[in-house]
Order: sequence, then structure tokens, then C-alpha cells
Amino acid sequence: MDLNLLLTMAVSLDEDRVAVTGPDGRSLTTGQLQAAAAGAATLLGQASGTRVAFCDANGLAFPVTLFGSVSARLPFVPLNYRLADTQLGQIVSDDDASVASTEQAERLGRLGVRRILDAEGFVDAALGAAPAADETAIDLDDVAILLYTSGTTAAPKAVELRHRHLAAYVIGTVEFGSAGSDEAALLSVPPYHIAGVMNLLSNLYMGRRVVYLDNFDPELWLRVVREQSITHAMVVPTMLARIVAVLGDTPAAVPSLRTISYGGARMPTAVIETALRLFPDVAFANAYGLTETSSTVAVLGPDDHRLALDSKDPAVRARLGSAGLPLPGIEIEIRDEEGLPCSPGVGGDIYVRGEQVAGEDDGAGGTAGGWFATRDRGHVDEAGYVFVEGRADDTIIRGGENIAPDEIEDVLLAHDEVADCAVVGIDDAEWGQRIAAAVVLVPGAASAPEDIRSFVREQLRGSKTPDLVVVFDELPYTDTGKLLRRVVRDEITRSSV
Amino acid sequence: MELTAGSRWKSAVSETEIVVVRPGRGDHRLGCGGADMVPLGADGSDGGVDPALADPTLLGKRYEDEASGLEVLCSKGGDGTLTLDGRPLVVKSAKPLPSSD
Repeated sequence: MDLNLLLTMAVSLDEDRVAVTGPDGRSLTTGQLQAAAAGAATLLGQASGTRVAFCDANGLAFPVTLFGSVSARLPFVPLNYRLADTQLGQIVSDDDASVASTEQAERLGRLGVRRILDAEGFVDAALGAAPAADETAIDLDDVAILLYTSGTTAAPKAVELRHRHLAAYVIGTVEFGSAGSDEAALLSVPPYHIAGVMNLLSNLYMGRRVVYLDNFDPELWLRVVREQSITHAMVVPTMLARIVAVLGDTPAAVPSLRTISYGGARMPTAVIETALRLFPDVAFANAYGLTETSSTVAVLGPDDHRLALDSKDPAVRARLGSAGLPLPGIEIEIRDEEGLPCSPGVGGDIYVRGEQVAGEDDGAGGTAGGWFATRDRGHVDEAGYVFVEGRADDTIIRGGENIAPDEIEDVLLAHDEVADCAVVGIDDAEWGQRIAAAVVLVPGAASAPEDIRSFVREQLRGSKTPDLVVVFDELPYTDTGKLLRRVVRDEITRSSV
Repeated sequence: MELTAGSRWKSAVSETEIVVVRPGRGDHRLGCGGADMVPLGADGSDGGVDPALADPTLLGKRYEDEASGLEVLCSKGGDGTLTLDGRPLVVKSAKPLPSSD
């Protein structure tokens, strides 16, 4: 199945079903989305770029541009409009792309983009254009979507997602036409995030309306859930933390809401525990995945969440912090430094294999036998639950000892006066790396950096005690909630020289 | 028949269309309604659906042949039972999948 066929099947099922609703409340049925995609293909063909980029916030122009690109047989490239000029410039300068954008049009022009299409007017322009009629079959090996990784540890990298990868995920995880007619999914993840792309495809296939939020705000999110009778919502952990914060102690009054899925970054245990209490009737799902794996490869389902919350067994309770079990058709293996499989409970590098996994032929991440090196570290428990500990690149090597930042961060977060923290390795002539902790203190905190070091030393070995504790006003995160460790590292390095 | 992954076929005797999700082992003949399926875009036949193989094939359902491992997805519903070398394909159960979407 290619993405064109996915849309055609959704139209065949019910052409009058509302497929997508924009932030302004305007909707398109599956039939209208198909008509707009066919018109968009004509406009994109006239623009004659070799790729089609989208550089705006969520809205109806996103699905129309995506399916228009598919129809025009051009790779679709969602761009992060929040990137700085230098990064965005690097991406668009070596790219002969047409770019759909309204908010960023002026800036993109300045960065040298020659083909800019007005995203705001694109839906109407596409509906008014003569449909392109390309009847040739789509090769499943063709790149459907070119997506840049968020680049928390290195420069953003382009990942080629082919039709076969995306189709394998959709067919393997959702049943066609299985959604009830009242179901609606609220999407507040930005359009350049893999979860946002795949959520659109899954929901279209299962027959569930997608409602777009353009800019996340917790009050707005709660209001839209009520006004649009949202049944399913997807958020990143920072969004859930903000929603929980505005609710205070009052359970959320969102009777239509059945599930909240989250992923994309580490979820603080306190946030998910509070969320489970404030949304007592909502089922939670935690998804683990990467851009290179066409989003989710492991899910901690609703039952596991409640079971873990209520359990007295520490092993079961710990699963609240896990990514759950691999999806059907996905294999996950933990490997040690020699490349051999680790026993349950032993940490190592996470490898993934399955039909939805792209990058299997990528020199950097691909390995023999179709296994993809995620560059995440983690372990699997006795029952097969996957625990993700962090990026391999974040591992600190101090005097030859490998130290996972998250172990120290967990201890720091248990300190009453530490609101947030990040542990990074700083280059050091003697030790190779030294451990530095950036901490954000709660208002009115009295602890000095030395007190915090002592607190950690009481619980961990001396070699795991931060050599340096630096107080930050706040830590740098991407808008999808990923901690920018390299920025923390640079700031500490600069300030300690 | 070249039942490669992603290849699309239509019934020679009805509206039914399928796409191959997973090719099976070995060389096989895929049929619908009693007649071999033809590549999408090719002409059908004038014949009708064999009354003994006239079950409807449903849009969006997955059908498989366990012996060979072949799996197809119905991309357009229509009359006629799907068969592999004359053996009816079995609809894959719609068990709830652990989706995060």
C-alpha cells in the first residue's frame, strides 16, 4: 500500500466523513481532501521543485500538501519553522524544494528559497485547481516523506521514509475503518514531528477525524477537547506536565476523552502519576519510537499503566517508567559493547528490526540483518518490557567508567529543592570527561551546589557524584520536550573555563 | 504470478482489488471468484463469479494463506472469494492492536 492508496481507501469507505478539522474549525471530508490533493499535485507540478516542504504550524494545509506531494510523486519534507536561520538555511539551501508557508514566507525568501507557496490560501487554491491525473503506480521504495531528526545530540539528519515503511506501520498497528463515527483525535504535536505525521495516516486509515491544534497551550487544549468532543489525544511529556499544572488538584472535566498517548521524551514519574489521578477515566499509552522507525515501536498500554500505579511489586511498579512491549512485527534487542545480546535487566544499546524501520541501509545506523542501531541505551526486564535510559551519545565516560546521566538525574530529582536537572559530561584532560549537573532549584531554595553534591554522594558512589553543580534559571528544551543536552554542555563548558 | 510486495491485482470477474502486503513462498496463482486475478489496469474476462466462490471480499480487510505466508489487503471491495491455488484465503482477525495513535 502506498499513501495515495491509503487516501483512496478512506474515500471509498466514506467520502462524506469529516477527515480533518483545522485550528479555525474548518473541516475537509475525505472526498474533499482527495480533491484538494489532486489539485495540489497540479500546483506543485507547475512549481517544478524536486521536493515539497511545509514550513508552518498545524492546519489543513498540512494534510493537503502532504497528499498533494504524494499525488505529484514528490518527496514531502515537513520543516521545523522554529529552527534558527542558520539551521533552516542549511536545510533549504541545498534543496530545490517548493515550500508551502505563510508565517515564514518572508524569512524563507531571505534564506534563498525561490518557490514559496502561500500555505494559508493553499487549500482553496488546490480545491480550485484542475486535478493532476498521474495514473502511474507508485513504487513502494520511493521516498514519501523526508523528515529531519530533532538533532538534540548532533545536527538534524534527514531520514528517508519510503511508502513501504509508512504502510507497514499503518497496516501493522491499526485496523482499517475500525473507528467509531464519534471518534476524534486531537493533534498538538507539531507537523515536523514523526508522531504528528504518522498520527494523521493512522487516523485517516482507521476512520477517525483528526483535529489540529496550531500552537499548544494547556487551557486551549482542554477547551478544544471539550468543544470538539475529542476522544483521543496525543501529547509530548512537557505538554502533559503543563496540562496537569493548570488543573492543580481538580480532576479534568473532559467526559469525551478516552485515551491520551504520549512519547517523544522522558516522562517524569510525578507527572504521569498526577495525570493518572486527574484523568481517572482516561486510558494512557506511552509510545517509544524514532523518526527512523516510522514512529512507535513499543507501547506501554492503558492496563499496564493502571496495573503499575496500583502494584506493590517494585518490578511491576517500575514499568510505569518503561516503554512497554514491542509492537507486533517489531523485534527489539539489547546489545553489549561486543554486539552480543544482553540478559534481562542488563543495560546496553537498543537495536530494532521490522518492516517499518527505515535507515536499515543507512551506513551510519544500519547493521547486518536489517537491525537498526537506535543509539538509545536501555534494558529489557524479565517480562520483556523495554526501558529506555537515554541516548548513547549522552553516556558519560569518566576515567574509563560508563555513566548513564539518568541514574544521577533520578537521584537529583528526588532532592526536595531540585525542580529540574540535566547531567552531562564535560571534556577533561585528566579523566576524559568530568560529570557536571545543571540544576534548576525550586523558588526560595536554600541549597548550595555543595549541598546537592553531598546529597548525591550519600546515595551513589563517589565516581558518580557530579564534579560540578551549576544552577540554571531554566533548562533548554525543544518545543517537543526534548532536553538539549549539547546546549547545557556548551553553557557549562563556557562558564567553567 | 509475480505476487511481489506492493503489487496490485484486480478480479477478472468482479470489482474486487487487492494489494500484496507480504509475498508468499513459492509460485502461486491468486484467484478471486474462481478466476485468476489480473494486474490492475489489465482487462478482465467476460465470465461471472463462480457461485461456489462468491463470498464478498471486504474493503480494508487483510486476507492470508498460512501455508505460503502470503498476505493481501483488499483495496476495493467486491464479490468473489479470494483463493490461492484454489484454496480460500482466510480473513485476518481484527484483534485490537496496541496502537498509540
